[in-house]
Amino acid sequence: MDSVNNSHSRVVGVTGPLATVEVGKGQEVSQNEVGFVTCEGVPLKAEIIRIRGNLVDMQVFESTTGLQVGDKVDFSGELLSATLGPGILGNIYEGLQNPLAKLENDQGFFLKRGQYLPSLDEEKTWEFTPVVTKGATVKAGHYLGKVPESIFDHHIMVPLTFLGTWEVLDIKPAGPYNINEQIALLRNEEEREEIVTMKQEWPVKMPMRVYKERLLPDRELLTQCRLIDIFYPLAEGGTACIPGPFGAGKTVLQQIVSRYAETDIVIVVACGERAGEVVETIKEFPELEDPKTGKSLMERTIIICNTSSMPVAAREASIYTGITLGEYFRQLGLKVLLLADSTSRWAQALRESSARMEEIPGEEAFPAYLESRIAAVYERAGLVRLHDDSTGSLTIMGTVSPAGGNFEEPVTQNTLKVVGAFYGLSRTRSDQRRYPAIDPLLSWSLYRTLMKDSLNERHENWVDLVQEAQDLLFKGNDIHQMMLVVGEEGISVDDLVTYLKSELIDTVCLQQDAFDVVERATSKERQVLDFLLLMEMVHHQFEFSNKEDAKKEMTNIQNLFFQLKYCAFQGEDYQKYRKEIETILRKE
Amino acid sequence: MIIEHSRIIAIQGDIITVPATGISYGELASVKGRRGTSLAQVIRLRGEDVLLQVFAGARGVATGDQVRFLGHPMQAAFGDALLGRIFNGSGDPIDNGAELVALPRIPIGGPSVNPIMRVIPRGFIETRVPMVDVFNPLVESQKLPIFAAAGEPYNDLLARIGMRANADIVILGGIGLKHDEYLKFRNAFEEAGVLSRTIMFMHTASDPVVERLLVPDMSLAVAEQFAIQGKRVLVLLTDMTAFADAMKEIAISMDQVPSNLGYPGSLYSDLASRYEKAVDFEGAGSITILAVTTMPGDDVTHPVPDNTGYITEGQFYLRKGVIEPFGSLSRLKQLVIGKVTRDDHGYIMNSMIRLFAKSREVEQKLAMGFDKTPDDDRYLNYAKLFYDRFMDLKVDIGLNEALDLGWKTMAECFRPDEVGIKQEIVDQYWPDGH
Ligand SMILES: Nc1ncnc2c1ncn2[C@@H]1O[C@H](COP(=O)(O)OP(=O)(O)OP(=O)(O)O)[C@@H](O)[C@H]1O
Ligand SMILES: [Mg+2]
Repeated sequence: MDSVNNSHSRVVGVTGPLATVEVGKGQEVSQNEVGFVTCEGVPLKAEIIRIRGNLVDMQVFESTTGLQVGDKVDFSGELLSATLGPGILGNIYEGLQNPLAKLENDQGFFLKRGQYLPSLDEEKTWEFTPVVTKGATVKAGHYLGKVPESIFDHHIMVPLTFLGTWEVLDIKPAGPYNINEQIALLRNEEEREEIVTMKQEWPVKMPMRVYKERLLPDRELLTQCRLIDIFYPLAEGGTACIPGPFGAGKTVLQQIVSRYAETDIVIVVACGERAGEVVETIKEFPELEDPKTGKSLMERTIIICNTSSMPVAAREASIYTGITLGEYFRQLGLKVLLLADSTSRWAQALRESSARMEEIPGEEAFPAYLESRIAAVYERAGLVRLHDDSTGSLTIMGTVSPAGGNFEEPVTQNTLKVVGAFYGLSRTRSDQRRYPAIDPLLSWSLYRTLMKDSLNERHENWVDLVQEAQDLLFKGNDIHQMMLVVGEEGISVDDLVTYLKSELIDTVCLQQDAFDVVERATSKERQVLDFLLLMEMVHHQFEFSNKEDAKKEMTNIQNLFFQLKYCAFQGEDYQKYRKEIETILRKE
Repeated sequence: MIIEHSRIIAIQGDIITVPATGISYGELASVKGRRGTSLAQVIRLRGEDVLLQVFAGARGVATGDQVRFLGHPMQAAFGDALLGRIFNGSGDPIDNGAELVALPRIPIGGPSVNPIMRVIPRGFIETRVPMVDVFNPLVESQKLPIFAAAGEPYNDLLARIGMRANADIVILGGIGLKHDEYLKFRNAFEEAGVLSRTIMFMHTASDPVVERLLVPDMSLAVAEQFAIQGKRVLVLLTDMTAFADAMKEIAISMDQVPSNLGYPGSLYSDLASRYEKAVDFEGAGSITILAVTTMPGDDVTHPVPDNTGYITEGQFYLRKGVIEPFGSLSRLKQLVIGKVTRDDHGYIMNSMIRLFAKSREVEQKLAMGFDKTPDDDRYLNYAKLFYDRFMDLKVDIGLNEALDLGWKTMAECFRPDEVGIKQEIVDQYWPDGH
């Protein structure tokens, strides 16, 4: 805390986690600057969220119990930042990037306020190899060297905050270094010299735009969830939201995606939800294998955990911390997926501090800037071309927890304006145990059109086939609605068959049991093969003379498809059921 | 340091404003006047002004009343001496027993458990209510609400579970209880002879509204200390909607802009910070929470049940005096079923519910005037047996007994190939003579 004349700033008001501070004479402060409010002798981290004359409002990232009017406040001169460098992977952080495993606990269990530990291991050494030589000209984000970490090379970059062009005055030879050791000395055009280590900082609320250009998201990001990949695909660098009432399956869906999505890095932001759910991830990931690398899943995962009973201001920060880490790994040329559960809790944190600042409320008491904040979060996703023409991506998938399960509420509505895919969970489907309960008639993905070319690499006319299947689902639903009124007797045999076909697609393709070893993830290859067989069934002209025959035969076929989906891919049973289905569909 | 002040400059709702310096946020004070003494807590500091919420309510508080700041936040007494005792929302005994002066004090509403110190839940809590044990078992460290409309026998259910559940300690937090209900709880626990493992914090409807806010925190703080000592604690709270309504009153007196039906925007966090106290401590005990949430207008989308559903790990619906088999869900059940409990548990659970669903369809079909088939009779018989043997809240049997009864019931109505259970399990458990 080296800023000038610091100690003359004092607390003049407290309400919940919000402290109003009178700033000392001559003290300069900035929006989102970090300060420390001394409470019962312990400095508590806080962030400036409003400045009015010589009064600033600060959200304190800890419990404010015990804070008094007159308590001292010190400003750091720094914005709220994340620490970036080797050693982030596999960590479990709280919202401000404190490593939860290293914190000291009260009575052995409880979080104790005022502990701020280094986010990265400062002792550990990394095998550094330089990739530039003395005299080279470099810019922010250019690679100076690399260290091996987990399954990839972690590039050591010119700090992303460095403006302008720099000359490499010195670069260390290959060898082991820790993150605080100098690895390079740079000088800019104004003759300023800066030491570079493997560690750098980035203000979490600023988008990291250190790339050549943003590209259209035109490649698919495979989640291994069929309803998503086939019907409403997600793009690398894209955005998606999962709104749904409580218990509809938002968390289970994200947990499945966090395990099986084909991506280099997964960042899980547990934002204001249950601690128990994070525990499952924490305990299970180290035991699970990443199918791509054979290493433990934890090695590609970062968990940011600010559960519902942890301080609410840090919950607001947690999403930004997660995104900043994601953008950083994107700079390294990696494919990053960020899962946030739940963005509504983040929005509620905004609402709580807005209410405490007595701002004029908007709809459902959310602040008027809710829309722009949500947009700014999702805008940080993207597929980008980096300085060396390689690409990196950050994909963001957030859940939304709408009040009363009603999507006509501000968080859902404002999110829908900015995302590229919408996976709406329906109470009706979850009550019927049709998991994942993504409503196929309500959901959409803009990426299906955007990625048409790359999707059609799955199979010629893939996108058209999917459209056809989707149309069939709609038609099936219309017929079902009609049946509810006129009964089965009131519809034609053809309509009944159409309905049964749509039910078959629903049962064997859309529904996917998250807890079955085979079912929980479907590879791309299998998605293609099974879906084409399904479409063969759709295209087959059945000749039924009456409804009973139709129901009997369709039940039989549905059962075969059903058995098929639970069989290990290309195994003996799989082949057997496939044959049986083919025999029925291909006989003359 | 105890500081006395005697100039109340504003009273709004149950909130008073006193000019004072050197006061801590969250600190406790006593407000003493001609009409009685109450505790109050600092809920806002604004320059020289201190705002306090008066637990006994501000009704009758005079501007000249004496406000004494106590120098510490709200605390609860803790020790084995609490067992068998009954207290009010502020922690004072109301059972004519001795005062608890000698006991150590613990802070209430303490910080969150470090998430990495939690373990994956693995204990089964037997309640001897088959609709719970068989179909949606309660898992140690789980938080589950009972959603019920006004008039449902939710307190009877809670009392029954409190008396029978195999927990070491039961803590009952009553919030806005009718006085009769309080007496019923007390008498029931006394008669069942379980008072000695029970602690009650009882706030009745005639007590001051603000005092309601303390009951969950008191109950959970005490539970937490027992759990750290290795005890398996079951906390029963009724009714959390009354708790939320007290939050609403405070928010309105503070001129906070409500988010939904008058409830403050922080309702989710306020409820979550209580429910998240449910925990299984590695190497020590656990806290399990079962809480009643009444649904105003029988509407589950009302802000209180809605926010609760987003926090808890499932829910029970109590409708027409029984636990609804559909809609009720224990989200943690898969952690114990067939793992801690018998290997046929999962099969019984699924098949019996499936058959019951089928029975309901038959009932509906017949209600619409369709003809009855011989099969239908078997389903109707099954539905009746299911109701009498499992759903009726008076049924009091342990899990294994209930599982055996499940086989018996299915065998009385169906053939083994009709129940959809895999052969080796059927071979092992299907009752002889059927
Ligand atoms: N894909 C699935 N396969 C099987 N069961 C599922 C699936 N998705 C959800 N479930 C069931 O639904 C329950 C609730 O799911 P989940 O916890 O994901 O809900 P949620 O939408 O996150 O709810 P909340 O908003 O309360 O957090 C799970 O415990 C599980 O029993
Ligand atoms: Mg969830």
